[in-house]
Amino acid sequence: MNAIEVRGLRKDYGANTAVAGIDLHVAQGEVFALLGPNGAGKTTTVEILEGHRHRTSGEATVLGEDPGKAGRHWRSRIGIVLQTATDSAELTVAETVKHYAGYYPNPRSVTDVIDVCGLTEKAGARIRSLSGGQRRRVDVALGIVGNPELLFLDEPTTGFDPQARRQFWDLVRTLAADGTTIVLTTHYLDEAEALAGRLAVIADGRIVAEGTPATLGGRETAQATVTWTDDTGPHELRTDDPVAAVAALAGQNIGGLRVHQPTLEDVYLDLIGAAA
Amino acid sequence: MSTGALPGTASVGLSRGQAELRMFFRAKEAVIFTFAFPAFLLVLLGSIFTKADPGLTVPMSQVFAASMIAYGILSTAFLTTGVGIAIDREDGTLKRLRGTPVTAGAYFVGKIVLVAVATLAEVVLLLAVGVLLFDLSLPTDPARWLTLAWLLVLSVLSCTLLGIAASSVAKSGKSAPAVLNLPVIALQFISGIFVHISVLPGPMVTVASFFPVKWMGQGFRSVFLPDSMMVGEVAGSWEHGMTALVLGAWCVIGLVLCLLTFRWSERQAG
Repeated sequence: MNAIEVRGLRKDYGANTAVAGIDLHVAQGEVFALLGPNGAGKTTTVEILEGHRHRTSGEATVLGEDPGKAGRHWRSRIGIVLQTATDSAELTVAETVKHYAGYYPNPRSVTDVIDVCGLTEKAGARIRSLSGGQRRRVDVALGIVGNPELLFLDEPTTGFDPQARRQFWDLVRTLAADGTTIVLTTHYLDEAEALAGRLAVIADGRIVAEGTPATLGGRETAQATVTWTDDTGPHELRTDDPVAAVAALAGQNIGGLRVHQPTLEDVYLDLIGAAA
Repeated sequence: MSTGALPGTASVGLSRGQAELRMFFRAKEAVIFTFAFPAFLLVLLGSIFTKADPGLTVPMSQVFAASMIAYGILSTAFLTTGVGIAIDREDGTLKRLRGTPVTAGAYFVGKIVLVAVATLAEVVLLLAVGVLLFDLSLPTDPARWLTLAWLLVLSVLSCTLLGIAASSVAKSGKSAPAVLNLPVIALQFISGIFVHISVLPGPMVTVASFFPVKWMGQGFRSVFLPDSMMVGEVAGSWEHGMTALVLGAWCVIGLVLCLLTFRWSERQAG
């Protein structure tokens, strides 16, 4: 059974349509990334699936229940890492994680959660005193302390330095290896590529492409660009067979040879550009 | 898979109360502004107005000491709850809780624990200032302590419920203290807390009589001042029945407003 099943999901705010009818599914144990520019409808979609918002129409099933009607038991099976939260500033890391553990029927060990989130050294520190990256790890700790089957991560590494991002990615991989289903929204294409098994791009409230990081938007079959410079000036060739193109240049007096395969970012920008 | 039972509202509520108390008493600004401020004003007013008004037997400092309990409760019940919930809505507390199995009931139990503990501490602090600095004498008659008990319950309940309702009026956590202090300060001037009620213009007192603060102040004066001071009151008596009626009515109004206005998030309108 899929962890998430969505059909024809739609959300209107008065005359504005935030989500214009999307279909998607997320298998159990999968890491699924939802990409899209600000205002494309990804946060609205995720918040409907989290039970934070009501949908206008369409069907949504999350862990076998309708998130718009699900109760406390369902909430104990999901974990949510919010986009921006600055709460509990005066509590220590350990106090906060322990307090939230008390909300759930089968919480994880508080010590383990603090450890896996890399917060052991900060366990006794007030949350107010933490750096942005450490604060975010507390958010993750509170999202996973209830031992969720499904975890929502909404732009989890915004504001992280590169090293903190790498550490966070390792944490997500650890959770995924334990069998947790993960739904990730992000602006960072490298993050989606590093973590997600499958991803979808949302633009103007619609899914414009869906696939694996390697195949999204026809990336694996897209034309490569070969560029070089010779006596007559710079040249650029778009080709399906870059190997043959480079071979044909062998023996000639050229410089600056480059073969450019489209990155996930190129594909993404094409997709959202075409939709806009 | 989740096979264990979900923790109950009462136990989660008490645990929230413990967390709320920790957060409140660790935040220095909150402690100074909502907790120490009434005592600070009492020290100032009591030191300025030391003599008894003509025709009255008790010095004004003691009248302020009794009335100021109303301010203490406004501060720890109405302001703490109203500002606290506006901040919880803004900083993500409510949204985070909404994503957990916590019930709204458990959240409110937590707030009530905070208000109850903070109010008791506030009343003790104000009485200590009154007794130590201004020779206020604590009542020996058990009937007066009984009056204090029901006054505290009705005052705290009505002020807390109105605070919850008022939290929705403030647009943000930052603006909440300013927005909520406006009615608090205004009501205290027209209700005879900062200025004795006998010197206020009649129409002002008439307006104040529709709100809880006037009755709270009058009630606390009836507990801590001798009955000879009744002549200083509007009706020339303590009016306990009317006090209970007005405060009880505000509890009901506050509860209805809470049920109509409370939202988990600031954007839940959709």
